[in-house]
Amino acid sequence: MSAPVFRRPAAAGPPQPREESVEKVTGAARYAYEYPQQEAAYAWIVTSPIAKGRVLTVDADHVLRSDDVIAVLRHDNAPRLEDVGDPALAVLQDPAVAYRGQVVALVVAKTPEAAREAAATLPVEYEELGHDVVLTPDHESLYQPDAVNPDYPADTEQGDPDGAFEASPVRVDHTYRTVALHNNPMEPHATTALWHDDGSLTLYDSNQGGHVVRQTIAGLFGLAPDRVRVMNPHVGGGFGSKGTPRPNVVLAAMAAQVTGRPVKIAVTRQQMFSLVGYRTPTIQRVRLGAEADGRLNSITHEVVEQTSTVKEFAEQTAVATRSMYAAPHRRTSHRLARLDVPVPSWMRAPGECPGFFAFESALDELAAELGMDPIDLRVRNEPETDPESGKPFSSRNLVACLRQGAERFGWEPRPRAPRTRRDGRWLIGTGVASSYYPTYEAPATATVSADENGHHTVAINATDIGTGARTALHQLAAEALDVPWADVTVRIGDSDLPQAGLAGGSMGTRSWGWAVTKACRALREQGGGSVTANTAEDIKALGEYSRAAYGAQFVEVRVNQDTGELRVPRMTGVFAAGRIVNSRTARSQFIGGMTMGLSMALHEEGVMDAAFGDYANHDLASYHVAACADVGTMDIAWIEEDDEHLGGTGTKGIGEIGIVGTAAAVANAVYDATGVRVRDLPIHLEDLLA
Amino acid sequence: MKPFAYAVAGAPADAVRRISGSPGARFLGGGTNLVDLMRLGVESPDLLVDVTRLDLDRIEPVDGGGVRIGAGVRNSDLAADPRLRVAYPMLSQALLSGASGQLRNLATVGGNLLQRTRCPYFQDVTKPCNKRSPGSGCPARTGVHRDLAILGASEHCIATHPSDFAVALAAIGARVHVTGPAGDRTLKVTELYRSPGEDPSRDTVLDPADLITAVELPPSGPAHRTSLYRKARDRASYAFAVGSVAAGLGLTPDGEVGEVRIALGAVAHKPWRARLAEAALTGRPATVEEFRRAAGIELAAAEPLPDNAFKVTLSQNLIVAALLELAGGEAR
Repeated sequence: MSAPVFRRPAAAGPPQPREESVEKVTGAARYAYEYPQQEAAYAWIVTSPIAKGRVLTVDADHVLRSDDVIAVLRHDNAPRLEDVGDPALAVLQDPAVAYRGQVVALVVAKTPEAAREAAATLPVEYEELGHDVVLTPDHESLYQPDAVNPDYPADTEQGDPDGAFEASPVRVDHTYRTVALHNNPMEPHATTALWHDDGSLTLYDSNQGGHVVRQTIAGLFGLAPDRVRVMNPHVGGGFGSKGTPRPNVVLAAMAAQVTGRPVKIAVTRQQMFSLVGYRTPTIQRVRLGAEADGRLNSITHEVVEQTSTVKEFAEQTAVATRSMYAAPHRRTSHRLARLDVPVPSWMRAPGECPGFFAFESALDELAAELGMDPIDLRVRNEPETDPESGKPFSSRNLVACLRQGAERFGWEPRPRAPRTRRDGRWLIGTGVASSYYPTYEAPATATVSADENGHHTVAINATDIGTGARTALHQLAAEALDVPWADVTVRIGDSDLPQAGLAGGSMGTRSWGWAVTKACRALREQGGGSVTANTAEDIKALGEYSRAAYGAQFVEVRVNQDTGELRVPRMTGVFAAGRIVNSRTARSQFIGGMTMGLSMALHEEGVMDAAFGDYANHDLASYHVAACADVGTMDIAWIEEDDEHLGGTGTKGIGEIGIVGTAAAVANAVYDATGVRVRDLPIHLEDLLA
Repeated sequence: MKPFAYAVAGAPADAVRRISGSPGARFLGGGTNLVDLMRLGVESPDLLVDVTRLDLDRIEPVDGGGVRIGAGVRNSDLAADPRLRVAYPMLSQALLSGASGQLRNLATVGGNLLQRTRCPYFQDVTKPCNKRSPGSGCPARTGVHRDLAILGASEHCIATHPSDFAVALAAIGARVHVTGPAGDRTLKVTELYRSPGEDPSRDTVLDPADLITAVELPPSGPAHRTSLYRKARDRASYAFAVGSVAAGLGLTPDGEVGEVRIALGAVAHKPWRARLAEAALTGRPATVEEFRRAAGIELAAAEPLPDNAFKVTLSQNLIVAALLELAGGEAR
C-alpha cells in the first residue's frame, strides 16, 4: 500500500506546546499529594520483610505512645472491603503475606516525619514460610492461563509448525530472556483522600483513568459510584503502573475513614518496586524455519513468564508475533509460573515490548543465517492479510517505514561479516528491527457547550499523564468546531465529567478525540448550545479490519574493546500510526518510547534476590534508567496515513509503539559490531568484554 | 524520621569539640551520602555538625611544590581548577566522572573521601549486613554481588569503596590532614582506608571525631602530569564505576618506564593502589606486552565470585588501555 499524505486541517497537525507546560515548570500545576487540606493526616505504608508467611502480631501501642501518631491500621482492625475481583487491592484484609514488600500495616500521623518514624519502628512479628521467587523455564508450577492480557487466547496454532520447522532448509532456534522491569514515573503513586459529612469521598489520585478508580473504590467501600469523585488533572507519568488502582488509593480512603481526617499518602520510590506492578521477566524460545530465499515456513514463539500468588497477570508476550509476518505454519504459547513475587502488571507495551526483543532478534539471526539483508527478509515476508485472523489490514506501512528509515539512517545493505567496522578501540555496528502496536479504542462520552460569547467548553474525563493529551484534544476540538484556539477550553481529569476510558493501550487520544470531535461536529451542525456525544455505537460499527501501527527502528552502537562499554550515538525511528494530531508532542512520545527501549536494552534490570525474595536494587541509584548522556541523536519521522477504516479522528495511537523493537535493534547492532549475539537483556558490559 | 539536632561549627576545633563524646553525632559536609543513608535508615545520627563553614575552601600551593586542598572545597570547583587540570589530569578527570553536576556542586573533598562503601545489603536495613549490624552475616557472597569486591575482601564483607576521587588521590600519593581530639596528624590516602577483615563496620582508620581538614598533593612529577582516569560504568553518566583506573606514566628517554602510578577503583573496600603492577613495570619497556604482564601480576591475587569474575578482565584491560594511551598508543 502506498503512503498517502494526510491533508493537514487548520487546527490539528502543527506543533503545539502543551498548554499546561508553564504551570508545570513553575510548580503551579498540582499533583495528587499537593492539595492543601485542613487537619491533614499523613499515612506511611509498612511493608513485609518476608516473602511468604503471615503476620502474627503488630504492636501498635509501641508507636501510638507518640502524640503525633493517630492510628495504626492492621489486618485485624482495618475497615472491611467488598470483593471487587482484584485481590491485590484487598489490603489489610488478612494476615497472609504473599510477597516481600506487601502492605502489612499503615501508620497515620500528624506529620509525614512522624508517620515515617513510626512505620520504621513498628514491631511486627511474622511466621515465615519458605518462598519460591525464581522463574525457570521448567518451573513446576507452570500452567496455561485462560487468556493473556487483556483477552487474547494463551495459545494459537496453525498448520504443522514443528514439521515445517524440521523440513526447512534454514532454521534458527534460540531462547531469549528479559528481566523484570519497573515502572518509574517521575511522580510516585500518591493519593489525598477526603470523606465528607454526607458520606461521599473525594480522591486526588495519581492515576491513568479516574473512572476506573471511582468504580473500584466505590465497589470496595460499598458506595454508589456517584458518591466518589476522583480528580487527576495532572499526573506525572504512569507507563501503565497507574492504569488501575493500586494499594495507595485504597489505603488513603481507609485511613481517612478511620481517622476522620483528610489523609495523604505517597508510595516511596523503594516501595514502588513491589507495590505498583512491574513487567514480568520472560523466557522466550523462538524457532523460525525458512526457505533459502527467506520465505518463512514456520514461526514458533513460546513464552514462560511469572505471575504472583495473589493475582494472575498474564503478559501477552507472543501475541504481536501472531500478526506480524506471513508463514503457513505457526504456534504461539504462554505459560505462567506462580511465584511468591510482587504482582506484575502493565508497563509500556506489555507483551509487544519484551516479545519483540525476542522475535525481532530471531529474525536478525535468521537473516544472518540466510546471508540476507534483514530489511529484505522482513519485506519478503510481508503478508497480504493479517496472518492470524485473515482480516484485511486497515492500513499497513511497515515496508514503507523500513525503506524510509533505511534511507534516513544510511543503512548499508547486508550481508556483511560482523566485527568489521571500528574507530580506534571502538567497534561500530548497526541494527534494525520492526515495531508494532495494535490499535485499540474504548467508548467515551464528551460534552461540548458554547456560551453566549462564542466560547466553547469541552468536558471529558480524559487523563493527561504527561503525553500532551489535553493539548491534542484542544486541537481536535478547535478543528472540529472550526474556531480559533482561544475560543476553546478543555476540561479533563475529574470523574464528574463525562465518562471516558484509560490513558492506556495507546488509545487515549484516539478514544477521547473521537468523542470530542463527534460532539463538536454535532454542536456546529446544531449551531450552538450543548451537545453530549458517545462513541459506543461508532466503535461497534467499525469494519472487520486488522488495525495496528507499524514502525522501523535503526540503531548505531559503539562497543569499547577494552571495557565492553556500549554507547548508542544515533537512532532513527519511522512510524506509521495513522494521523498525527500534534507533531511536537508526537515526536516527544516517539523519542520517549525509543529512549525507554534503549534503557531496557542497556540498563534496566530488576535483580531478584533469591534469598530474600525482593528486587534488590529498588532505587534509582541502582536500578539504572537511561540518563541524557546515554541518548544520542534521535531522528524521528512518520508516514502520515489517511486510513478510512480507523473511524473517528483517524489516529492509531503513539504512546507505546516507540518502545517496541528498540531493544532488538540495539542487540542486532551489537551483533553487527562485535559478532556477539546477546539474547539476555539488559546487555551488560561483561557480555561484550573480550 | 528520627529527630536530630543540627549545629554549625565555626572552626575545625569547634567542630571536633562539638562531636567529641557523642557517638551518635556526625559531621555533615555536602550531605550527598550521609543524607541518603539517613533516608534509608542506615544512619540515624542524633546530632549533625555542619562543617561547610570552617574556612577550609581554598586550593593553595605549599612549600616544596605540592598543593593543599581544603576539605570543604566542592568537587565542581576542584575539578575546574586550571592548575590541577594540567598538573594532575587524573584528579580532575576522576572528579568529573563522579555522580552528577548537581551532586558535584554540593559534594566536598572531605565528604567524598568519607562516603561509605557500597553494597545492596548495607543499604537495605531489612537484610543482614556485617558492616551495618556486626555479626548479622554477609548475604552478598551468595547473593547479589555483581558490583562488589574482588581484591582485599573478607568473608565478612565484600563492599566496594565508591569514590572516583579517592582512586586518583591514591595513585597521586596524596596525604590527608586530620584534626581530632588527640591533635593533628597526617596520613597517606592509602593508609586512610581499611580492608574489611574481621571488622567491616569501619571503612577508615579515623575515629568519628576525627575531621579531615585538607588533602595535600605531592609536587607534580612526570607520572602526575601524564596521567588519566578511566571509568567503566553501566551508564554514560551518573553511575558508580564497575571498574576504574587512575594511571600516570613517566618514561625514560629510551622508552622505558621510569615512574608509574596505578590505582584501581570498584574492586575493593578501598582505592586499590596497584603496587605489584607498578613494581613489575618500573624499568621495563613501555610495551603492551609489559603492561599486560604487570596487570596480570596485580590481579593474580583477585578472589572473584561468580557474578563479578569479569572484573578481573575488566581491571586488567583498564590498566593496559590506560598505560597504552599514556605511552602514546591507541586512543580510547
